[in-house]
Amino acid sequence: MAGTYTELVMEHFKNPKNMGQMEDADGKGEVGNASCGDVMTVYIKVKGDRVADIKFQTFGCVAAVATSSMVTELAKGKTLDEAMKITRADVAEKLGGLPPIKMHCSNLAADALHAAIEDYRKKASE
Amino acid sequence: MTRMDVYLDNSATTKVDQKVVEAMLPYFTERFGNPSSIHSKGVEAREAVERAREQVAKLINAKPSEIVFTSGGTESDNLAIIGAAKAANSDESKRNAVVCSNVEHPAVLNTCKDLVASGFSFSEAKVNSEGILKTSEVQSHISKQTAVASVMLANNEIGTIQPVAAVAKLCHEQGALMHTDAVQAVGKIPIDVKKLNVDLLSLASHKFHGPKGVGALFIREGVKIKPIFGGGGHERGLRSGTENVPGIVGLGAAAKIAAEDLSNDIPRMAALRNRLISGLSGLSRAFLNGSRDQRLPNNANMRFLGVEGEALITLLDEEGICASTGSACSSKKLRASHVLLALGLADWEAHGSLRLTLSRFSTKDEIDYALEKIPKAVTTLRRMSPVWAKLERGEKIEDVKDGGHIH
Ligand SMILES: Cc1ncc(COP(=O)(O)O)c(C=O)c1O
Ligand SMILES: [Zn+2]
Repeated sequence: MAGTYTELVMEHFKNPKNMGQMEDADGKGEVGNASCGDVMTVYIKVKGDRVADIKFQTFGCVAAVATSSMVTELAKGKTLDEAMKITRADVAEKLGGLPPIKMHCSNLAADALHAAIEDYRKKASE
Repeated sequence: MTRMDVYLDNSATTKVDQKVVEAMLPYFTERFGNPSSIHSKGVEAREAVERAREQVAKLINAKPSEIVFTSGGTESDNLAIIGAAKAANSDESKRNAVVCSNVEHPAVLNTCKDLVASGFSFSEAKVNSEGILKTSEVQSHISKQTAVASVMLANNEIGTIQPVAAVAKLCHEQGALMHTDAVQAVGKIPIDVKKLNVDLLSLASHKFHGPKGVGALFIREGVKIKPIFGGGGHERGLRSGTENVPGIVGLGAAAKIAAEDLSNDIPRMAALRNRLISGLSGLSRAFLNGSRDQRLPNNANMRFLGVEGEALITLLDEEGICASTGSACSSKKLRASHVLLALGLADWEAHGSLRLTLSRFSTKDEIDYALEKIPKAVTTLRRMSPVWAKLERGEKIEDVKDGGHIH
């Protein structure tokens, strides 16, 4: 089982970074659905134009959890514009690659981050 | 608790019994003959194959002449279903329909479906929410057109035991043949082909402490099926190809041990399995999948809401526990197993399922270790799960049946 994932993927899965709910989030992005076996929620706290704090919650496989953890690490401290540029491929690459069959769930992490930023921007413009 | 290696995936495959290995070894090196050869090396191999045939026959109360050796469960299922369908279609009855349950192993399900391309009609009889087939449901699928119906004796995921004898009666009333896939049942419950009244029964050695890549098909005396391999006409013309002598010897030895030990193994496995189910049922939102009573003594299949199966299996693997799940997050559109969905579960519920299957080698220490580690792993995953958070807040989880999702 562990053999199909890189050590870094396993490390993020076993000890995920920035995991948990954020009560007072400025932006929240939820993607996927439980029927497909993968749901991700990313919460952001924005200060100035930067991602000051970020948290995630994930229901899903090893790849889904590990990519969630990695995307929060990549986005933390970045400007919103920089964070919007983090791609699905960046996340997979930073984890040392993912099994091709797992790309569908791995893509969710970047999507959830982007959704959280869009949510923040929408709220801010209201 | 110190780390242990705990194998609870005996429905996937089992450890080969040391006594079986010892029985096999001489047939690789000293007694390597071809059973079809006339010389003494051949005779020696032939005798070994025939002894194994008796051992397998005895385990299921059949005659040795009713046993054909194959390469395993998949081949036995294919030979039974395709062989019976072809035979029925070529005699004057021209029966052209096949039936199976909706919880069959792919070796049966896909074989039946594939026959549609050869002009057969195919229908699936549906189990109830307990995973049990009602005879009234089967009856509506069987007619004078039915060539063969296939209903498994025990399910590989949830361990439910089907009313095979009753289904066989329905088949015979319509002149149809009845096949049962007993791959998971052998070595776990007593099997008597006379009581089951089936025409064809599949078994696989590696599920009861024999080697992989060898199995058998029981074909009731007088039942006509056609071979699926062309070749030299081995196994009474039904399965061409030089016999896998060491494998067959191993299957025979495993069958002999299973027959001798079954009456001790059943209550022991059942007691440990019950301990496992009671322990895990104490977790919140944890449920047993499939009937509690009509079930193999070695199977516990639980679902823990708010958790995804692959993640759970991986955490358990890190703790030394081998188990499996009905959630396969590997295809583009992730679907839970057809067996769990057949019970009427929503996809998201089925994704949190864990299959734990014991063997006669399972111990109380192993079960207690699992009972300590599984709840911890479930809690770890629930702590990061937005689905669990929703359940805790009393919110509804939408079950998106088709499309509408982002990836
Ligand atoms: C019910 C059932 N039928 C058939 C098979 C296939 O057996 P084999 O792997 O020996 O081909 C299996 C094994 O997974 C099974 O559980
Ligand atoms: Zn996934």
